[in-house]
Amino acid sequence: MKYYASCLLLLLLAACDGGLWNNPYPVEDEGKSILYTAFTERPKHLDPAQAYSENEYEFLAQIYSPPLQYHYLKRPYQLIPLAAAKMPTVRYLDKSHRRLPDDAPGDLIAYSEYEISIKPNMRYQPHPAFVRDYMHLTPSDLSSVHSLNDFPETSTRLVTAADYAYQIKRLANPQLHQPIFGLMSEYIVGLKDYGAMLQQMIKNNPDASLDLNSISLPGVQVVDDTTYRIKIHGKYPQFIYWLAMPFFSPMPQEAELFYAQAGMRERNLTLDWWPVGSGPYYLSENDPNLRMILSRNPYYVSELYPGEGEPNDGQEGLLVDAGKSLPLIDKVVFSHEKETIPYWNKFLQGYYDASGISSDSFDQAVQVSVGGEASVTDAMKVQGITLSTSVATSTMYTGFNWLDPVVGGPSERSRKLRQAIAIAVDFEEFVSIFANGRGIPAQSPIPPGIFGYREGEAGINHYVYDWVNGAPKRKSIAEAKRMLAEAGYPDGLDEQTHQPLVINLDTTATGVGSKARLDWLRKQFDKINIQMVARSTDYNRFQDKVRKGDTQMFYWGWNADYPDPENFLFLLHGAQAKVGKGGENASNYSNPEYDKLFEQMKNMDNSQARQAIIDRMLEMLRRDSPWLWGYHPKNYVLQHDWLHNVKSNIMANNKLKYWRVDALQRDALRREWNQPARSPLWLSMAALLLFCIWMWRAIWKREQAK
Amino acid sequence: MDVAGDLEARTSKMIAYLIRRILYAIPILIGVNLFTFALFFVVNTPDDMARMQLGIKRVTPDAIENWKQQHGYDKPLMLNRAASGTGKITDTIFWQKSAGMFVLEFGFSDDGRSISREIATRMGPSLAIALPTFMIGLVVYVSFALLMTLFRATALDMAGVALCVVLMSISGLFYIIGGQFLVSKLWHLVPISGYAVGEDSIKFVLLPVLIGVVGGVGSSSRWYRTIFLDEIGKDYVRTARAKGLSELHVLFRHVLKNAMIPILTGVVVVIPLLFLGSLLTESFFGIPGLGSYTIDAINAQDFSVVRAMVFLGSLLYIVGLILTDISYTMVDPRVRLS
Repeated sequence: MKYYASCLLLLLLAACDGGLWNNPYPVEDEGKSILYTAFTERPKHLDPAQAYSENEYEFLAQIYSPPLQYHYLKRPYQLIPLAAAKMPTVRYLDKSHRRLPDDAPGDLIAYSEYEISIKPNMRYQPHPAFVRDYMHLTPSDLSSVHSLNDFPETSTRLVTAADYAYQIKRLANPQLHQPIFGLMSEYIVGLKDYGAMLQQMIKNNPDASLDLNSISLPGVQVVDDTTYRIKIHGKYPQFIYWLAMPFFSPMPQEAELFYAQAGMRERNLTLDWWPVGSGPYYLSENDPNLRMILSRNPYYVSELYPGEGEPNDGQEGLLVDAGKSLPLIDKVVFSHEKETIPYWNKFLQGYYDASGISSDSFDQAVQVSVGGEASVTDAMKVQGITLSTSVATSTMYTGFNWLDPVVGGPSERSRKLRQAIAIAVDFEEFVSIFANGRGIPAQSPIPPGIFGYREGEAGINHYVYDWVNGAPKRKSIAEAKRMLAEAGYPDGLDEQTHQPLVINLDTTATGVGSKARLDWLRKQFDKINIQMVARSTDYNRFQDKVRKGDTQMFYWGWNADYPDPENFLFLLHGAQAKVGKGGENASNYSNPEYDKLFEQMKNMDNSQARQAIIDRMLEMLRRDSPWLWGYHPKNYVLQHDWLHNVKSNIMANNKLKYWRVDALQRDALRREWNQPARSPLWLSMAALLLFCIWMWRAIWKREQAK
Repeated sequence: MDVAGDLEARTSKMIAYLIRRILYAIPILIGVNLFTFALFFVVNTPDDMARMQLGIKRVTPDAIENWKQQHGYDKPLMLNRAASGTGKITDTIFWQKSAGMFVLEFGFSDDGRSISREIATRMGPSLAIALPTFMIGLVVYVSFALLMTLFRATALDMAGVALCVVLMSISGLFYIIGGQFLVSKLWHLVPISGYAVGEDSIKFVLLPVLIGVVGGVGSSSRWYRTIFLDEIGKDYVRTARAKGLSELHVLFRHVLKNAMIPILTGVVVVIPLLFLGSLLTESFFGIPGLGSYTIDAINAQDFSVVRAMVFLGSLLYIVGLILTDISYTMVDPRVRLS
């Protein structure tokens, strides 16, 4: 108690020095090049072979260096070397492994071989795994170890091509979650068999640790210290995008051996918790319940800030740091904020450098002009807060189950029914009401910024919209009703049974917020006299229904893995059907003509010919309408004036190395905004004192009276 | 019997009582464990758990089978007909996931973290909020209740009761959001959220403790007032007054002491549970405690954490009840544990 009283006294004394009482960070960090940000959901995995979520990539992309990355400033998104010394070269081979010309037709190509040369002097972050003495730790050595920082020594070593090959082998390790093993085993030569062999090894000897290098993987060949080759089946031009993801980062075998020692896992010392990377930052503090800190990797082989971007980037100050060594910030502090209210208020106080906008704070932060242009409110402008927006490479849609006898299938009747519903459900209104205007109604699965997307009249869905006065205009409800009548449901009644048409929506939405959405959707169906019934269920049952095809309609969404139309159009490919094939085509849409065009398109380079095929595919999709195309969400990010070089880049997760903070400006503004109001404190104390005196007098009087 | 002999007899009776209570606890804990297991697996299947952990993108049936195998969910739930001998019972999910808990080995969560370490790490911040809130709260609530009792049936008492009713009618969330708005956002007196260890934790703990105390004033003070009013009408109080003792003396020396049994009944039992923290307070103030550990695990369908936390909660509750019984003997010599 004495301790707390003295601390309280110290706090009160400290308060008198004019310092900021509400500063959540240590005073000694003032003036330093530190970025303060927050995360709402703690990452599950930090092992690059296992992580596959946006909130995990937020950390991993700063820590690991895969061969490629996306250019930070240029649009459309463009791959450039990161760890690679130059862009990978690809050789096409026939069935007999003979080289084919680069323009060989896809059906002749049996294998594609990617040769990747990495930069020669890259080094790993400082880590105890590189200290030889730590490779044979006893329980007594670990008795005082509670965190990775408790190891007194660290070291590093050069990154080699063998480390990249080792990581590819890890993708098949059955002891890990393997999010892309299924996909990669179809492409990387021998990966499926390699995984089966590892599985067998575990079965034979479950307690032994796996030595991944004891079996060779034919599809991956280490040429020398800085060069390796990956051989894949057929032609798969999208493979190169995967090389920009943490799955293909280097992994030193020492790290796995270090963490495999007895007693490590019990201390949460695992590769899934403490990454070992060669990127610009390393994880120096990991308490995902409170904060995670990235510190500058002292051994990082620096890249330079890009000198060119989009035409306006120079005017917007995005080229000021051109040619400077990256990263520009020394430390990044991620604090765990579960609730949006404290997150938002701390941003306004200057304790976070950037923030998203929750719907609660939207009106306080953003104003939308008559023309639909979003900008920050005057209150934000006064604080020097600016807004950047971008359309996400995502699509949120409502799918029809193609296997359903009423809404599914290729018949004229069901097609017209789907088209009528597509007209009736007004996604412009949905975005306006439920997303604060943060989204654009989709015309197809392909969002803006992805090859295949067309602007203007050529890009609209003519089955739902007309082009009027230079903008798409949703067709009238009368048109929807006409389509519905043609489908055999005049005025919403089945012309054979004379029963009202009822369509079920399966959803996991059960909360109060969801009710408004469902009510809205019901109203949309009411416009054409269709009854919509929401069948709310829990997440597990919902997934089960979709897997078995027991739905009529459902909400779904997709975030792109890479900026290629194939990554969206495959969601409607017959071979990807959810039912029976377990793929990603949740609607189970099946159209042999579409499938044929997809097979043709997926391996093509971006060209006029590819665009023409995509146009044909999109026309089929719009006509068949297996989805209500929904909308593509827009990201809104607010940033303070002291944060520089922020440009929205949906594909690049490793953007923190480009950002720069003016710490002095931040400190000055924080002081201006956060001076403590002492008067309420004194008033409260005075009130308490008065109450005590008054109470004492009342008790005294009472006693005297007795 | 002499005094030493009496003490020895009482001690041995108490030890026998404690042993008996501990033995009673074992079937209770098995029952709780069984109930948790049944409830969890009625709602979730091992396949659902695997899908939840693996995410919804590109999850293959092989990956699901592999996850179940790696995490021990490929076994039958409670009875393994394929196994022989004791294996029919022990080679099941129930046994594998439950047996270790009785020696406090909680194992690993489904995302691979050590549950014991997680509990040990998060217990401290939870206690940093819960313990001062509990102690300060107890003093404030009892004092306020005594004051209302002192001024019973006067305008002051009525005002106090009305204030209590108002305070207890307001949602806890309002206190948190309102407190953050006033104290942190408007007056800039303490950080809105966050946590630090050691002396630095004071500024993060002040507001949640203050809000915790204020939030409990209404219901707790009214409860204690009722207890004190029950006591104040008893004969021994009349006798004390007749002896000329002041009202303050009567209240603090006699009424408070005799009201300890009902107070302890409500108070001691919650002491062990303070470790488990508070969901709302910790979420809004960014305290890295245990408050949300269970609810997060339920949302993530992480059975390993759910069963560990339910087990720990039951265990602590039983400990709380035993401590309550022991505390009775300390405040009232007439109470004997046998």
